[in-house]
Amino acid sequence: MLALTLILIPLIGSLVLLLQSVARLKDSSISSSKNTALIASLATFAVAIYAFTTFSPQSTIGVKYSWMKDLNINFHISIDGISLLLVLLTAFLVPLIITSTFKYSYKNHASFYALILLAETALMGVFMARDIFLFYFFYEAALIPVYFIAAIWGGKNAPSITFKMFVYTIFGSLFMLVALVYLYMKGASADIDQLATTAKLLSPNAQNLLFWAFFIAFAIKMPVLPFHTWQPDAYTESPTPATMLLSGLLSKMGVYGLIRIMLPLAPVGVVNWGQFGMVLSVIGLIYGSVIAIQQNNIKRLITYSSFAHMGLMAAGVLSGNINGIQGALLQMVAHGVNAVGLFFIVKIIYDRTGTRDLTALGGITQKTPTLSIFFMIIMLGSVALPLTNGFVGEFLLLKGVYDKNAWLGGFAGLTIILGAVYMLRLMQRSMFGESNDITAKFKDVSGSEVAVLLPIAAVVLIMGLFPNAFLKITEPAVNSILEMMK
Amino acid sequence: MYPILVLSVTGLVTLFLGFLKSKKILLPASLLFVAIAFLSNFIDWNVPGLYFYDMLEASNLSILFGSIILLSAFLVMALSKGFLDDEHAHPAEYFAILQFSLVGAIMMTNFQNLIMLFVGVEILSVSMYILTGSDKRNIRGNEAALKYFLMGSFATGIMLFGMAMLYGANYTFNISDARILLLQPVTDVRPVFLYVGVTFLLIGLLFKVSAAPFHFWTPDVYEGAPTIFTTFMSTVVKTAGFAAIYRILEVSFSPLYNFWWVMIVTMAILSLFISNITAVSQNSFKRMLAFSSISHAGYMLLAVVGLNNKSGNSIVFYSLAYVLATISAFGVLMIVSKDRLIDGRPNENIAVLNGLSKKSPFLAAVLVISMLSLAGIPLTAGFWGKFYVFTDAASRGQIWVLVLAIMMSAVGIYYYFKPIIAAYMKEAEGENIRLSAFYKIILGLTTAGSILLGLFPDLIRELL
Repeated sequence: MLALTLILIPLIGSLVLLLQSVARLKDSSISSSKNTALIASLATFAVAIYAFTTFSPQSTIGVKYSWMKDLNINFHISIDGISLLLVLLTAFLVPLIITSTFKYSYKNHASFYALILLAETALMGVFMARDIFLFYFFYEAALIPVYFIAAIWGGKNAPSITFKMFVYTIFGSLFMLVALVYLYMKGASADIDQLATTAKLLSPNAQNLLFWAFFIAFAIKMPVLPFHTWQPDAYTESPTPATMLLSGLLSKMGVYGLIRIMLPLAPVGVVNWGQFGMVLSVIGLIYGSVIAIQQNNIKRLITYSSFAHMGLMAAGVLSGNINGIQGALLQMVAHGVNAVGLFFIVKIIYDRTGTRDLTALGGITQKTPTLSIFFMIIMLGSVALPLTNGFVGEFLLLKGVYDKNAWLGGFAGLTIILGAVYMLRLMQRSMFGESNDITAKFKDVSGSEVAVLLPIAAVVLIMGLFPNAFLKITEPAVNSILEMMK
Repeated sequence: MYPILVLSVTGLVTLFLGFLKSKKILLPASLLFVAIAFLSNFIDWNVPGLYFYDMLEASNLSILFGSIILLSAFLVMALSKGFLDDEHAHPAEYFAILQFSLVGAIMMTNFQNLIMLFVGVEILSVSMYILTGSDKRNIRGNEAALKYFLMGSFATGIMLFGMAMLYGANYTFNISDARILLLQPVTDVRPVFLYVGVTFLLIGLLFKVSAAPFHFWTPDVYEGAPTIFTTFMSTVVKTAGFAAIYRILEVSFSPLYNFWWVMIVTMAILSLFISNITAVSQNSFKRMLAFSSISHAGYMLLAVVGLNNKSGNSIVFYSLAYVLATISAFGVLMIVSKDRLIDGRPNENIAVLNGLSKKSPFLAAVLVISMLSLAGIPLTAGFWGKFYVFTDAASRGQIWVLVLAIMMSAVGIYYYFKPIIAAYMKEAEGENIRLSAFYKIILGLTTAGSILLGLFPDLIRELL
């Protein structure tokens, strides 16, 4: 029941808001839309926290209803350690994303917030689904609201750019659909655990094809080189809440899919082709970092840094050992939190100066000590300094990749250096130095902005200090997935 | 079986109602008649049997097909409010013809004898020829009607020829008896005209559902006919056609699967390729929907390719999903284009939808759901429709067909999103659209149906 409420609360919230927007109620002011959305997302967060405190790896929380009886497809959701971590991440980030919009007003506000909550509903579903078709259903459903947010409330070029993103990612997931239908035909079941045994009986050839079908689908979503071409423009052109959803949460569906779907359902394929995927990921990582170093547009810079981080996570998962997967899980949370924080800071800077050009900025610290402290903390988390959230995840990831292939591990290790270069450059050029005309009248952060940045900064430090609290809950689940692969 | 009786009588009654001074009664009366037919359809539910000297058969599957046909006819007629009002229209005749055509459509779902199939196809087709040309002053309508008539009668001729061949091979018109004959072990080679008969019969039926390469009439006829009848054509005729194709193949020709599946799979692939690629470059919304209708014929043929005991179920679900989405889409087009004239004709370009989200958020929402459903995106009925036909095709091991079909549905997304982009991201021109409560209810029903079936597909699946 607990698992179901996590889906139902945001769903009900979004339906209420949708009704408001369709019926055009006279008394629906923008603040009531904001509050409805915030309350729904906070209630979800409360349930997620409750699930976290009562969680024990032995007893899984979940429900199973018959969905399509004659086809043996079930509405089966359940929370194990991996799901819990991502459910927590989603439940934590969505209220922050909603709060981050409090200073701004969006036209058709009721639909805007309804779509955010709808995305949360679908994300919760993705992270808890145990039936391949239910997973696919939510996986696609998560994209639709985000597409509409990005396209309708985005910049001038948003319609064509976000459309590219939509077609690209749907195209990728259709490959996954073929693979899922194929597996379903072979196994006569849609349950992931049961299909894992079916998958072992398949020929290596079929396994390789399955690997590619899954890998392409998830690689487009994350994205991993060379499937990333939709990402830079889409992240830059989308309104900040959509960018936050995309980078903080939707990209994590890709990594999650690799762990939950690809590893158990194409184990031989991963053994055969995993290294190739790792090479792609590591090349993407270096490529993304190098471009980030050259960028002057701060939103694009963070976009490319996101791309680089996702590459490392993909490489870690494909390494197929416990360190790599555990690291990827921890890094998913860390990167999700950091990306939302960084994109919000970009939004704050853009809002007050009207520019995202790094060369035009400088000296913001003198005006806003508070903002620069937050920025510093989140930035350090992003460059994986010890005692911040990025460190443990990145360390485990690199260890996982190194154990699989020392050369790749070495190249992937460059991420620490390159990451520090571009992030410190961003920090230094924007925050430090002399202030100029543009930044002279920079107002300090206040109110809802602090309400977003403070929790993020706190999580950066807490996760850095107590990573074990998170590693402990995921470890049994990761072990059982590794067990399935044998 | 009962709807045939009901509608034959009420059709005549409707003609007489036309003598009344006030034409206002015609629409509610016709809606009532179709509703009665719809309800009477369920008298035979769970009581399968043969009627009229083994001419017709009542089974749950044929009742479901009949219900989809009657439901879509009801919704289309309801949308016709206001479109048949002008002085040149002859509403009594149109409503009567619509009801007669439904008689033919329902015969196509439950025939037990090839003669009845032919009678059903003819009743439906002749009615459609008339309705296509019903707007006498529209030159494109006239062209469409003539084209449809010539090609349609040619196709019917071929079909009839096929039936004669089949009679020669099987000595019977009864489709169940024919199956028994086909199941007997072959001592000699089967007569060639058996195969010719199967082929020709299928060609005649595939023409009616506009599967490629028999699709050439579709775009012109869809565009030329008044939108209300285009809607009728693309929902009722298509459902009836597929009911007939499935019935004849399942009941009669399933022993010959290895012979006809090549033909069906070729046509399915051709339909998918031709329609999806062509639809991408269409500017007219109506023409785009015509090509979309061809592509959906292709998807439904996939269920026939994977003929198994669940395919009938898949086709029922697909038809319902398609019907709901198509009626929404055409409904929106009718309302939006009504007052936007170009050369005295309603403007049916995609551009007419520009800024619809500002002019009428409700219509824009209806349009989005229907396009998502046609494109087969989750949360809508269209997704499960596609999913079922894909699993059917895969169940016969045709994974490559599946891959091709899925690539084509990715292409489909491209053009189905054009109207959405126009509605939400283009600037509005013209005034806000006022919508009467009546339209809101009808379009609300079709949209809610699409979403409901998208979330709980078993609502329909469990009936069979």
